[in-house]
Amino acid sequence: MLTSTPASATAEVLPAARRRSPGFWSDALRRVVKSRAAVSGGVIVGLFVLLAVLAPLLAPYEPLRGRVVDRLQGPSAEHWLGTDELGRDVLSRVLYGARISLQIQIAAVGLALLVGTALGVTAGYIGRWPDMLIMRLVDIMMAFPGIFLALAIIAALGTGLANVIVASAIFLVPQFARVVRGSVLTLKEMEFVTAARALGERDLTIVGRYLLPNSLAPIIVQTTLRMATVLLTASGLSFLGLGVQPPSPEWGAMLSNARSYMITAPHVATVPGLAIMLVVLGFNLLGDGLRDSLDPRLRE
Amino acid sequence: MLAYVVRRLLLLVPVLVGVSMVSFALLQLVPGDPALILAGEEATEEVLTRIRQEYGLNRPLPVQFLAYLRHAVVGDLGVSIQSRQPVWTLLKQRFPFTLKLAFLAILVSATLGVVAGIIAATNRNSPLDIAALLGSLVGISLPIFWLGLLAILIFSVRLHWLPSGGTGSLKHLIMPALVLGAASSAVIARTTRASMLEVLRQDYVRTARAKGVSDRLVVYRHALGNAMIPILTVFGLEFGYNLGGAVLTETVFSLPGVGRLIVEGIFARDYPVVQGALLVVATTFVLVNLLTDVAYAYFDPRIRYS
Repeated sequence: MLTSTPASATAEVLPAARRRSPGFWSDALRRVVKSRAAVSGGVIVGLFVLLAVLAPLLAPYEPLRGRVVDRLQGPSAEHWLGTDELGRDVLSRVLYGARISLQIQIAAVGLALLVGTALGVTAGYIGRWPDMLIMRLVDIMMAFPGIFLALAIIAALGTGLANVIVASAIFLVPQFARVVRGSVLTLKEMEFVTAARALGERDLTIVGRYLLPNSLAPIIVQTTLRMATVLLTASGLSFLGLGVQPPSPEWGAMLSNARSYMITAPHVATVPGLAIMLVVLGFNLLGDGLRDSLDPRLRE
Repeated sequence: MLAYVVRRLLLLVPVLVGVSMVSFALLQLVPGDPALILAGEEATEEVLTRIRQEYGLNRPLPVQFLAYLRHAVVGDLGVSIQSRQPVWTLLKQRFPFTLKLAFLAILVSATLGVVAGIIAATNRNSPLDIAALLGSLVGISLPIFWLGLLAILIFSVRLHWLPSGGTGSLKHLIMPALVLGAASSAVIARTTRASMLEVLRQDYVRTARAKGVSDRLVVYRHALGNAMIPILTVFGLEFGYNLGGAVLTETVFSLPGVGRLIVEGIFARDYPVVQGALLVVATTFVLVNLLTDVAYAYFDPRIRYS
């Protein structure tokens, strides 16, 4: 092949060289596919996203309307998962609830990812007083255990979908900031970054071209695991009555309603909780699997 | 060691000032006139003027914050809008209960988690290990409020073994402590397993084995002590998270803790109560973490904090 014309020779050589060293990502992808945790988590997450997107097509009934005569029925041929206290179809509500959950998860984790990465890069790359300031800020945010920081935000802003997203996002910002800062701190001492700086690359280029792409693995793992955390926080807020409000079929809000009918209709309280657990489990499995396959330090 | 403790105590100051700033800012972030919020909707102009005077609401914000801080340090956290009782009195009634609950939960989860972790690590890749791993994965994925509901459904409604809520006896605390500790058990089991596996790989464990020490003695005498050091940190952290989880547990089991207090405070727009509860919980969490870190430094002489 190398004996052909020079022009096509250069065209052939490049991909061949690339094929010889598979590189980090294709190597990682092979390990992800082999990881039982990542695959089973991925299947659950994929199914959840699919159900959320297709909910309007799949749901047999309307999520917000029911017939009171049908109230609190057990599972039957008409209502596979039974009906709630207003005769609404539980299956349809859980399916539509998946849309709300996915919406909250994507918005809150996305927001936290943006803010947290910006803070982490600033702290890790610049160092000195911005680092001091940002890390103290992170310490302060992390001083509120668990759901308390989210409660503080809700207390100030009020309830509702948008505020749940903001509250859950703020709760996650310190986690992202810490992970990104740690990664940047390690990377910026490495030779390829020193070399880039010696070549006169601007700071923004160094961050965009060298630091962030190389921090992608821990960021992806964090993003996946935080999709789980955020669902627990958001549905917890709704369960307390401080999140998404009824009649919305948000899973936490559904559980909160179902409490009053637990003795007569336990299925109404079972299904939304099971849904939360499965989705959280899916993201946790996927995140764990990704961490094992993406983190080079864990390779044995 | 002493230098480390002093340094950590000094680092605590900015965090605690920041925490009080967040709690102070809460009232400022709420849309509307703080005086109107404190006095209630139907307050007359004279009452509002008096409240503004009393709380110093017409002074610049930094001055207000310093006053807030000065009062908070001596335990003056203002007066509840709803009950007209000092916030400190309410917290004194409610917070010990939450502490007790969080402590019981960490006790349960430490026992369960460490035992499960040791069994998993010493039987690596066996069905027991896989069961422990799967169990801990489910444990951290369970929404605590749902687990509580299920527990009530099974143990109170069906089996009539335990009361579904309220207080009175130790029996009332069994379910809440188990439910609250479930997630922590999972985290502790995972940490114990990882830490044990790490320690069992060390040279001194091999030496002990080589000189003929029995497996049981190797695990409990030589390995466990050293493996416990990182687990200790997790105890501290999980205790803090249990304070957070208590908000949900107290709601499910109708328990009179600080978590319930803060949620009721948010519903009633009783901001002094919300502010005070946030401040006290965060301060406790920070102090527990400090204690854990100091214990860590004490037990692991290899670590030198400079």
